Amino acid sequence: MTETTIFRNESTKPISSKTANIFGFLLPGIVLITLLLVWSLISFTNLFPTYAFPSPLAVLKSFTEEIIAGRLLNDIVASLWRVSVGFVLSALLGIPFGLWLGQHINARRAFVPMLNFFRFLSPLAWIPFAILWFHIGDKPAIFLIFMASFFPLALATMSAVATIPNIYFSVAKDYDIKGFSLITKVVFPAVLPQIITSLRVSCGIAWVIIVAAEMVGCQDGLGYGIWEARNGLRLDAAVCYMIVIGLLGMIIDRLLNQLTKLPNIRWGYER
Amino acid sequence: MKDKIIKSQLVLENVSHNYGAVTVLNNLNLVVNSGEVLVLVGPSGCGKTTLLNLLSGHIKPSSGIIKREGIILTVYQQDGLFPWLTVVENISLGFSKLMNDAEREAELKELIELIHLNGFEQYYPHQLSGGMKQRVEIARVLAGDSDILLMDEPFSALDYQTRLRMRFELIRILKQKQRTVVFVTHDIEEATQLADRILVLTNRPTTISCELTIKSPRPRNHSDPSVINAITTILQEMKL
Repeated sequence: MTETTIFRNESTKPISSKTANIFGFLLPGIVLITLLLVWSLISFTNLFPTYAFPSPLAVLKSFTEEIIAGRLLNDIVASLWRVSVGFVLSALLGIPFGLWLGQHINARRAFVPMLNFFRFLSPLAWIPFAILWFHIGDKPAIFLIFMASFFPLALATMSAVATIPNIYFSVAKDYDIKGFSLITKVVFPAVLPQIITSLRVSCGIAWVIIVAAEMVGCQDGLGYGIWEARNGLRLDAAVCYMIVIGLLGMIIDRLLNQLTKLPNIRWGYER
Repeated sequence: MKDKIIKSQLVLENVSHNYGAVTVLNNLNLVVNSGEVLVLVGPSGCGKTTLLNLLSGHIKPSSGIIKREGIILTVYQQDGLFPWLTVVENISLGFSKLMNDAEREAELKELIELIHLNGFEQYYPHQLSGGMKQRVEIARVLAGDSDILLMDEPFSALDYQTRLRMRFELIRILKQKQRTVVFVTHDIEEATQLADRILVLTNRPTTISCELTIKSPRPRNHSDPSVINAITTILQEMKL
């Protein structure tokens, strides 16, 4: 009689992409459901008064109310507009400024201390000035979002330029790439992967700022929605705005992350 | 792209170079003959890269005269390709702006075939192997109408077998597209298989300690007597 031994080595079995996909949905799903359960449990035990701790059901109800009234959609559009304008402005000014700083040592010497100073100044500190300078409407909010994202973006671009390997400049010299085309054909593409990373970071900051920015002089927007809900002691509505802000932030980041998949940028993430 | 050298002159006369207090090159005299493959061999840190930078004009010597004629382009050790450009776009950097689209197309096709990278035209450098990348670099300097190629340890970052294969690739390519080549390496075997003439350099400050001419035809097997003789001479010269 022969003895047969069957080796089972399940740990080395490769995880198929299908299984990975299922886990990709399943695991965060479990966390989400657990979170909802804990939330329901706390509100069920009345640990806090109802007005201070809205139940998931109350939030769902105010969700439908806000959607039917059309306020939510209006607020989403208003906030996205402000963040887009503020963020695009800071990118349009911050990235070229960073590229310029990265290439000129004396400009760095002159500007970096000032940039660092403003970077550590919370954008919220500008609120009184935003009101006095820009009064009401979109402008003060856009100004605050700009102040929040401009400095980190300029500084990150600048340090990215400093890390460009010297060999690219030697090659550029060999093939007579100089002046403005050195910036567009070598410097900018060389730092683009890092710029996209810092765009994601600073866009996150800009999006976080809206709650505070819309405190000032706005009559709509997701941040304004939270303040209004607080004033009316409607924390259920506040939570519903918080959820929308978080979800939209995730979606924006996902969209920016798509840029990293472009073939002429992908190299920056594969080393 | 040229098939032959139009003009080529590269002469160093009494060239010295120092970085601060450190003298890297001391009173060096060197004539690179048109059409030859000149290989510079020396211990690491002996100033080979400085010498190449002087030849290419990237740096200016502290004293002495460098005479250059012809277009000089460098093949770098590694990472010389722009990672944000495809194979074809990298090679096209070399093309003259005066060329029309049809000429570019035709030359690109010829170069891609020459370096055996058909099918990889739209790949990015990070998607290629080390040997492929170096072949693209060679294609780029050929596209650039170069007369003189400076090669800065172009195969030293490759694995051993690829390195051996690339020697024969280079010889094959140079047979079709003749160039004056200054090739820097620390690999003595590589030097003897490629060179018409070998200069052995000393440690800093760099001077030429010995000159060898190898006349046997390429490609040379590494068991070729001329290769073995040259290796022995160089090893003795370097006291190894």
